[in-house]
Amino acid sequence: MTNAAVHSTPRSGSLFSQDQRTRRRNTAERRFRIYGQAAIGIAMMALVILLASVLGNGLSAFRQTFINMPVTLDADVLDKKGNRDADDLKKVTTIGYSKLLLNSLTQLIEDQGLAIEGLAASDIKDMISDDAAAQVRNRVLANPELIGQTVSLKVLANGRIDGYLKGRVSMESAERDSNVSVNQLRLTDEMMERGLIGKSFNWSFITAADASELRPEAAGLGVAILGSAYMMIVVLVLALPIGVAASIYLEEFAPKNRWTDLIEVNISNLAAVPSIVFGILGLAIFINFAGLPQSAPIVGGLVLTLMTLPTIIISTRAAIKAVPPSIRDAALGIGASKMQTVFHHVLPLAAPGILTGTIIGLAQALGETAPLLLIGMVAFVRDFPAAPPEGLFDPAAALPVQVYNWTQRADPAFVERASGAIIVLLIFLLAMNAVAILLRRKFERRW
Amino acid sequence: MSIGLLLAIILGLAAVGYVFGIRRAKSASGGDTRSLHSLAGYHGQSVFLFVAVPALLLVGIWLLVQPIIIESRVSGLIVEADIPQGGSRDLVMSDVRRVAGGLNIIAGEGGLSEDEIANMGADLGDLRSRLGGVGVALASDIQPNVFEASKRYRQMTNTGQIMLSVSAIALALAGFVYSIARITADFRARNVSEGFVKLLFIACSCVAVLTTFGIVASLVVESLHFFRLYPVSDFLFSLTWNPQFRGGSDLGIWPLLWGTLYVSFVALLFAVPVGLMSAIYLSEYASKRVRSVVKPAIEILAGIPTIVYGLFALITVGPFLRDYFAQPFGLGSSSSSVLTAGLVMGIMLIPFVSSLSDDIINAVPQSMRDGSFGLGATHSETVRQVILPAALPGIVGAILLAASRAIGETMIVVMGAGAAAKLSLNPLEAMTTITVKIVSQLTGDTEFASPETLVAFALGLMLFIFTLGLNVIALYVVRKYREQYE
Repeated sequence: MTNAAVHSTPRSGSLFSQDQRTRRRNTAERRFRIYGQAAIGIAMMALVILLASVLGNGLSAFRQTFINMPVTLDADVLDKKGNRDADDLKKVTTIGYSKLLLNSLTQLIEDQGLAIEGLAASDIKDMISDDAAAQVRNRVLANPELIGQTVSLKVLANGRIDGYLKGRVSMESAERDSNVSVNQLRLTDEMMERGLIGKSFNWSFITAADASELRPEAAGLGVAILGSAYMMIVVLVLALPIGVAASIYLEEFAPKNRWTDLIEVNISNLAAVPSIVFGILGLAIFINFAGLPQSAPIVGGLVLTLMTLPTIIISTRAAIKAVPPSIRDAALGIGASKMQTVFHHVLPLAAPGILTGTIIGLAQALGETAPLLLIGMVAFVRDFPAAPPEGLFDPAAALPVQVYNWTQRADPAFVERASGAIIVLLIFLLAMNAVAILLRRKFERRW
Repeated sequence: MSIGLLLAIILGLAAVGYVFGIRRAKSASGGDTRSLHSLAGYHGQSVFLFVAVPALLLVGIWLLVQPIIIESRVSGLIVEADIPQGGSRDLVMSDVRRVAGGLNIIAGEGGLSEDEIANMGADLGDLRSRLGGVGVALASDIQPNVFEASKRYRQMTNTGQIMLSVSAIALALAGFVYSIARITADFRARNVSEGFVKLLFIACSCVAVLTTFGIVASLVVESLHFFRLYPVSDFLFSLTWNPQFRGGSDLGIWPLLWGTLYVSFVALLFAVPVGLMSAIYLSEYASKRVRSVVKPAIEILAGIPTIVYGLFALITVGPFLRDYFAQPFGLGSSSSSVLTAGLVMGIMLIPFVSSLSDDIINAVPQSMRDGSFGLGATHSETVRQVILPAALPGIVGAILLAASRAIGETMIVVMGAGAAAKLSLNPLEAMTTITVKIVSQLTGDTEFASPETLVAFALGLMLFIFTLGLNVIALYVVRKYREQYE
């Protein structure tokens, strides 16, 4: 039936039964609704898959495989002079400690009768992480009384063994892998049965420094979290006062002229400049021109300050604008100066809005990665920065950059670490946004 | 004197000034504070500001300018012969700075007296190991000229530091005396300190202008350096991107531009329909309850940092597309591809498009909807034939803003799009974008004299111009549209 025919057909029949055209229009209506629901469904699904993928990959990073074994801290090896002198103890390097660990583990395997055919000494040595010796050494140096005793320790296992327990490494993959042998995995199975090896919560993932490419099991986020915290301090200290001052000027004092227009246009354009351009600015101005050190939190903080400033200014201006003019008029009417009006009345009333905007700006800055790559925050940093203010000039990492760094490494164990780091980052962001929402709920006032 | 100590002294002086100003004002009033023009606190404030602000400004400017002057003086001491084969003056100058720093540490530990350092020079061999002992490791032995330059550098820096301390404290004291002397009962201290604060406000509001200026200046200056080493026409019109460490690179922007536009196009192709339809559904159809759940959920997508999206592209979307689409159809074998980056970037843009469109749809006057319903149109007909045409300019503006966001996005393409610069139509192949190349040319060991590094600044300039242009057009369109219904 053609369209013309539809139009020319005289209406016959009941109003209660739909004619063909109405039916078609109603179908189109339903179809349109379904499109809308589908769009929302796609957006929600994307969110769910995104979060599920990160959580699924990352949660296991918070649990790490340890070998529970008695370690004999042989006094003959660790303290040859027998005087427990701190300087003498420091002379024993991690090599000495790793031999101790190897002996203890070999002993344990013998005691338990865990002989695996073809298990070489080097296989046993590689069960233990290269970092474990350093950890035990630090523990002994902090507490020299342990020397000479046999203590039961949780010793960090190698990353591949950890991968085996988490399903990343299998017997088949071990045959092709030069870093782990099938015998080691069999030994692991045996030890699992006797409860000698197992996973437990991994504090050092949050507190320890980054580790080299070959020891993913020891890599932690400590330096990155500290570096990010330093940068947030710089951003807060600089961006909040400058942003509030600029907004007060633009809202309360500025005359309408070309200069003010220029400032306004600048602020709205800066908000849309790609973040990487701020990185180029930081590299050219702060590092090459002003000679500030690379990968220092101070440079990162300055760059992020310039980036966050438009966000803070825009939200502060909105908060100041929301204070009703009658309050200003009343203050001016009883003889307050303009500045007194602002400081005594407008600012306190706008404070919740300003704080909310600042926290949201900080949260944005915390997740920003691209500009930090350019100012050298990708460098491998193992040392914790000193306390501020000197520490602001020490090299440090940052949380999002650490994620990027780990994804660039070959060992798949680092993917797990990177996802775990993302979870830490998201927890921080969630906490900040929750505080912002709470502040808004508690102090929001409608006039 | 260290900078921290100097700042503490200045702030301490200012605090003393505050207390003194209040005392002085009270005594000037002759016991009756009502006879003062301003409250005593304002007198204190004006003294504080006059002591602290000029001195702090001086310190800030001095710290910026001093290194530049000293560098230019000292680098005159280094002749061409001192610059090793394949090195550059900048590298020698950084050695100079490090040696000077090492000398400072040695002098600070009491290892050498000032006279000993001044007379040093002959026994350069011993110096290297001593510097190594305080953590300044040098790759080669120090040239005599370089050592002289370091001594000069150190001496000038130290003199500069002393001069800075003296003049800053003198300035603070002058401000102190001047502002204290001005205090009388009739002195309009409130007006003075309020004027001062207002000046500070103005200065703060100029930071935005300064930032823009800094961005433009750094991009343009370094781009000019680049174009001196590499012809503009090749950069703009060459179709190959092939940087070489040994020179002779092809640095044409087209492959990068193509990748950027392709990825952005895929992203918009995904984000615009989804974002627009969800905005329409939320503002026209959804019940209040659905709205109150879905809207914040979509906003969560906007709050997730881009590094998370990048990781998502790298470990989930990329391998998925490779295993289920690229390899079965023989279209490619890499997990990073235009489609990976585009899809994930599209997810990132959904909340952006949807919240902008939501605002715009809500700005269409209710009377137009009512008119359409009154003529018997269904809801979807009203949306399609009345609301969307009315909102079209605003939606175009929103899409342009989203496009500018997509072009400037970095982390998703760094982790999802790949690093191979090519001009290809296959969306399952790895391609690269302007932002990826800025990151890869500027991270790691960079030498600022080579065109391979400097090209990043020219790319940054192009990026800046593109996004700024898109934004200006978009804001203009949106503003025009808003005026239409106000």
